[in-house]
Amino acid sequence: MSDVPPAIEVAHLVKSYAGVTAVNDISFTLARGEILGFLGPNGAGKSTTMRILTGYLPATSGHVAICGVPVATQPDMVKRHIGYMPENNPLPEDMRVSEYLYFRGRLKEISRAKLGPRIDEVLELCDLKRVRHKIIGKLSKGFRQRVGIAEAILAEPPVIIMDEPTIGLDPHQILIVRDLIASLRGRMTVIISSHILPEIEMTCDRVLIINQGRVVAQGTPADLRREILGHSAYEAELAGDLAGLPELLAAVDPSLQLAATGPADAQGFVTATLSTAREDDLGEALLRAFTGAGLRVRALSRAHPTLEDVFLAATRRSWDVRSEQLRK
Amino acid sequence: MRHFFTLLSHELRMLLVNPGTYIAATAFLVFMGFIFTGILESYSKAPQETSPAHVYFQFFWLPVFFMVPLLTMKCLAEERRLGTIETLLTTPVTTTEVVLGKYAAAYCLYLGLWGSTAGFFWILHQFAGDARFLDLGPLVGGYLFISVSGLLFIAVGVFASSLSRNQAVAGILCFTMLFALIIGVRFIQDAQWLDRAAFQPVKAAVDYAQIFTHYADFTRGVVDTRHLLFYFSGTVLALIFSILGVEAKLLHS
Repeated sequence: MSDVPPAIEVAHLVKSYAGVTAVNDISFTLARGEILGFLGPNGAGKSTTMRILTGYLPATSGHVAICGVPVATQPDMVKRHIGYMPENNPLPEDMRVSEYLYFRGRLKEISRAKLGPRIDEVLELCDLKRVRHKIIGKLSKGFRQRVGIAEAILAEPPVIIMDEPTIGLDPHQILIVRDLIASLRGRMTVIISSHILPEIEMTCDRVLIINQGRVVAQGTPADLRREILGHSAYEAELAGDLAGLPELLAAVDPSLQLAATGPADAQGFVTATLSTAREDDLGEALLRAFTGAGLRVRALSRAHPTLEDVFLAATRRSWDVRSEQLRK
Repeated sequence: MRHFFTLLSHELRMLLVNPGTYIAATAFLVFMGFIFTGILESYSKAPQETSPAHVYFQFFWLPVFFMVPLLTMKCLAEERRLGTIETLLTTPVTTTEVVLGKYAAAYCLYLGLWGSTAGFFWILHQFAGDARFLDLGPLVGGYLFISVSGLLFIAVGVFASSLSRNQAVAGILCFTMLFALIIGVRFIQDAQWLDRAAFQPVKAAVDYAQIFTHYADFTRGVVDTRHLLFYFSGTVLALIFSILGVEAKLLHS
């Protein structure tokens, strides 16, 4: 399988508009059948990168290839390999759903004979059968979003690019869209961008975090957690004499440190946050040490950093780097 | 060019299902009917030298000024405002096909609207019972002029629409360009300073671009290839600029 080119190959991509560098030296590759989550704060360059991938915008420099076809020299071929749903999902207001899909199918060079059954299939997949004869302008946001997704997967392209497919949906609809994207896993390569982190975490195999046009982190959600945060954290609610706590912790594990202590509550319990570089669980050892030192323990838990923490840490880290550069 | 017919049939279909098209068509027929009635009234009062068709087509600029901007201002400006141009251009469709499809649809509607006014002459023929009222020469010449000049006028409208995402701006821009083309060139022709020897080439060019002169030739039955070339080359130029206009906006978006 090594002769099959990766679905998406981006190397040293740069895009600048009138002096502003929106995308600055982004590189990544994506194997076939993978789902990539594209994360970043507003204005990070997510939409610009996606538009360059589709061949809609030209890049300033760098190399982009979709299924081995370079975007810069063969944009027409690339457009046959992708399904794209832009930001805010623009749709014509005055067409019926099935008419729209038929029109788009013809533009995407699906033969008339295949198009009818394929539209039925896509409507079924996106749960749009009920509204197939409705006018798009009169549909609710959730339906419109699903029409956009149906349109993107209509021609069964190997690569699907969706810019914020779940924006503005209610939790139930997000669940439907997420299942829909998950059902494409293995068959199609999908890139989705989003601000909604739990969703990315659940659907995506890999996450790419960009900030101010640069990749600040990439990998599986679990990798990122380890790489960015680099430690596990524990939270304990303790009462008693806390003066000897740092020594006590060092005795349990050398890397264990007292990160923060909160104020004492009415019963005299203090919330202490501990951090460690150890990957394995130290819960039992900690409990034994606390009780052995005569401390009263009300609660002890291991904190699970979410992708949100990773995202915040990663974007903050890149800001720090940037402000240091500015100072120099 | 394989997507051209898909786009054209889509555009025509959208025009046919849109109630606005029918309202505009009715208003157009009422307006042209009003002019036609006025002409017939003047014929009933006193004998005239020319046929009614000749006088009727002399008013071609009136509907052109209003109908062409209204027909074309939407075509590209609306796509850009809604953002659907992004989904359109990320399918295997070229900008040229999109512009030509929109242009052809607008031109078909323009021809359809003018074609429907042939009904006036049919009614006149039925009720007047006098063959002299229906001089076939100016009639055919007039419709030929409308269809050839329409190529250029609609292309100018599409070009205006490619320049702005605001329909109103596109419409006014189109109106201004058509006004300069039809009335402005005629106005310059009468300017005194053009008679100087140094301006001879300019004078020749201005004389060549007189749309009212073209019209007079057509209705007299003179189909001059120079006139045809004027409209065809102008159309091609305006369409090339429209395509460049759309692409330039993408580069700087």
